Amino acid sequence: MSSRVGFALVVAVLFVYVLIALVVLAVAVSSDLGPVERDVFERVLRREASLAIFVGLLFLLGLASLVSLFFRRYVVAPRRLAHEAQLIVAANPRHRVEPNGPAEIRMLAEALNELAGRAQLAQETVREQVAAARADLEQERNRLAALMAELSLAVLVCNADGRILLYNVAARDLLNRDGSTSGLLGLGRSIFAILDRGLVAHALDRVGSGENAAGTPAVRLAASTGGGRLLRIAMAPVRDREGEASGFVLILEDITETAETDARRDALLRSLTEDSRAGVANIRAAAESMLDYPKMGAEKRQRFTAIIGQEAQALSERMEGALRESAAYLTDQWSLSEMLGSDLLAAARTSLERDAGLRAGARAGEELWLKVDSYALVRTVRRLAERLHAEVGIPGFMLDLAEAGRYARLDLGWEGEVLAEETLRAWLDEPLGGGGKAYTAREVVDRHGGEVFPQADAGAGTACVRLLLPLSVPDAARPRPSSAPASSRPEFYDFDLFRVGEGDPERDETALEDLVFTVFDTETTGLSPSDDEIIAIGAVRIVNGRLLRQETFDRLVDPGRSVDPASMAVHGLSSEMLAGQPAIDDVLPLFARFAQETVLVGHNVAFDLRFLELKEARTGVRFTQPVLDTLLLSAVLHPDEEDHSLEAMATRMDVSMVGRHTALGDAILTGEIFLRQCSLLAARGLRTLGDVREAARHTYLARVSDSLYTS
Amino acid sequence: MASKVLIVDDEPNIVLSLEFIMNQRGYETRVARDGEEALAEVERFRPDLVLLDVMLPRRDGFDVCQSLRAEGWSELKILMLTARGRDVEIEKGLALGADGYVTKPFATGELVKRVAEMLEDVG
Repeated sequence: MSSRVGFALVVAVLFVYVLIALVVLAVAVSSDLGPVERDVFERVLRREASLAIFVGLLFLLGLASLVSLFFRRYVVAPRRLAHEAQLIVAANPRHRVEPNGPAEIRMLAEALNELAGRAQLAQETVREQVAAARADLEQERNRLAALMAELSLAVLVCNADGRILLYNVAARDLLNRDGSTSGLLGLGRSIFAILDRGLVAHALDRVGSGENAAGTPAVRLAASTGGGRLLRIAMAPVRDREGEASGFVLILEDITETAETDARRDALLRSLTEDSRAGVANIRAAAESMLDYPKMGAEKRQRFTAIIGQEAQALSERMEGALRESAAYLTDQWSLSEMLGSDLLAAARTSLERDAGLRAGARAGEELWLKVDSYALVRTVRRLAERLHAEVGIPGFMLDLAEAGRYARLDLGWEGEVLAEETLRAWLDEPLGGGGKAYTAREVVDRHGGEVFPQADAGAGTACVRLLLPLSVPDAARPRPSSAPASSRPEFYDFDLFRVGEGDPERDETALEDLVFTVFDTETTGLSPSDDEIIAIGAVRIVNGRLLRQETFDRLVDPGRSVDPASMAVHGLSSEMLAGQPAIDDVLPLFARFAQETVLVGHNVAFDLRFLELKEARTGVRFTQPVLDTLLLSAVLHPDEEDHSLEAMATRMDVSMVGRHTALGDAILTGEIFLRQCSLLAARGLRTLGDVREAARHTYLARVSDSLYTS
Repeated sequence: MASKVLIVDDEPNIVLSLEFIMNQRGYETRVARDGEEALAEVERFRPDLVLLDVMLPRRDGFDVCQSLRAEGWSELKILMLTARGRDVEIEKGLALGADGYVTKPFATGELVKRVAEMLEDVG
């Protein structure tokens, strides 16, 4: 019941009540009177009727204003409070009620404000905690990603469906080494494109059944890729709180070379032992014959001697050959790792001071990278210092590291006389001793491919033992995390994919954010799909609402014909630059693989699609997945704008334009625009693939664009 | 009458020593340089013992050993010589009918002793 109706009702009821009381009073009075008096009473009543009505109306007015006052104070004021309380709850927790009106209402308002204050505090605390927790999580994740990037092991994390949630640089490099798996690695992609599904399932079963429960939750298996590389795989399940496997971690190792080296080492060992047996047998038999039968004739003796000489010669040659061949493997085994020169120097100095009790200083020049077994090398330096101290009486040393051509020279220097080469040689051939293998300092230096010799600076009165060590060749494959833009979130992982099911690009009711998109662009020799050819394809993936700049497709194509000068002015690719690039027949299948199970996105994509379609018959590659066009989406979103070019859209949506007019650069720009369009589409209530496709189909541009290229 | 020993090896450098040692011990010797020749020489020379190398051109020592036993030379003593020292190959040689197995390199004194023992068995 509205307050207005309530108010009228209250007034009416009160009025009627008073009226009835008056009538009852009149009836009671008249029944008490005699006939004359009654007659007088009635006449008075009749004569004063207008006065009575006037008084009655006056009374009604007074009554109404009284009730109204009461209403404002005790009905309307609480209702206002109720509305303000709703506002506090739903929209603005900072809002407070103005305490006015009668004391009861003021008390109510104050109580309400007190409650609101407490609620706001509680809410803010929770929000702060959530924010802190999220920041922690984000930091943890970034730390994990940074750690992964540094790891030389190839690591992949997948969810239970086999979708890749994380991979590191090492994994990408490893899989890109092999033509059959290159380009198959990507966030949200299926691991089963790389590894056999049965193999993975089998391994997961073994983990689940606890077959190897003895402390190691991982199973090891080996697999070969289509390109003939041999992988060793360690797999461990990722369990959620209930202990259910919600995914798995894979550590991949390319053992192709290791396996080859092992096989060659085995062959070498065999040739050294078995093939030498015969030779040794020949020598031994001849020698023993001569020993056992000293009286044999001179001619016979000479023949035996000849055999011994000949066989011994053959044996030495075999040995030399084997050693030469094995040098490579032996170096492999000696685990050399990259180290900063100054770190090596610091380690050597510490060892001299702490382990040998010698005084030592250190001086490192510019930053040098060395490939060393630091432990063995430090022990070598220490041994030399100990010998110099004990036998020559050198009290203190200066360690000095500097670049010398292709080498780094590490000088163990002192004030005094130069050391005799002969003495140094003797020291180098002593075993270093200590735990593990007993090797000599000479061996350590040899394994590093280095040299060691005494040096003197007569002018300064100093001398040193100089170690020349090869500088480490910069390794292109070495991950350089610092080169990645620090501000952007690393794109090698997306743990939100743990929760994401498989968005099906074939189904129109799938929400846009659940889909994986391949945004692509082509460059062509000219503008006629029937006459011109594709010369470049660039593409980038969008997974979980993120543009993955690390997961791109970027290929040039030899069109087998000349490039139209007008279009060359746009993309800058000349016929000479394209000569020798793979043909479209080779590139299209790769692109199809890159784009499989995704929705294609392009700007004015009908143009690019027409080129792809015309190659369909020859390459057998068909693109059947749904397609979205950023140009048409722009027409949906901004029907009043006339310019839907990439440049205009980029300006409108504040996307920076870098690398324009390369296929990949344009694809990335298109992708950025598409992401912004997605959020605008969602705000318009267009959430599913079907919604968006339908809306795009109805734009005017769609009809024009279709007719342009299909005729 | 002196025992007859057939030496089967394709390496002249070991043949010279083996021949010399066997002759010094008073055995009558012949030499075959591959598997085929060995089988033919056994027919002709009818030795009491064969020193049989495993690594031979044409037919290897295992093959020759097996063929000899299959052809009924059950009394003939066969002592195999090999540069391969793996146990499994010794097993294989003995399984194929060899009476003894000597891996290279060997002590000549040992070899002479083994040969003498095996020939004594024949009587």
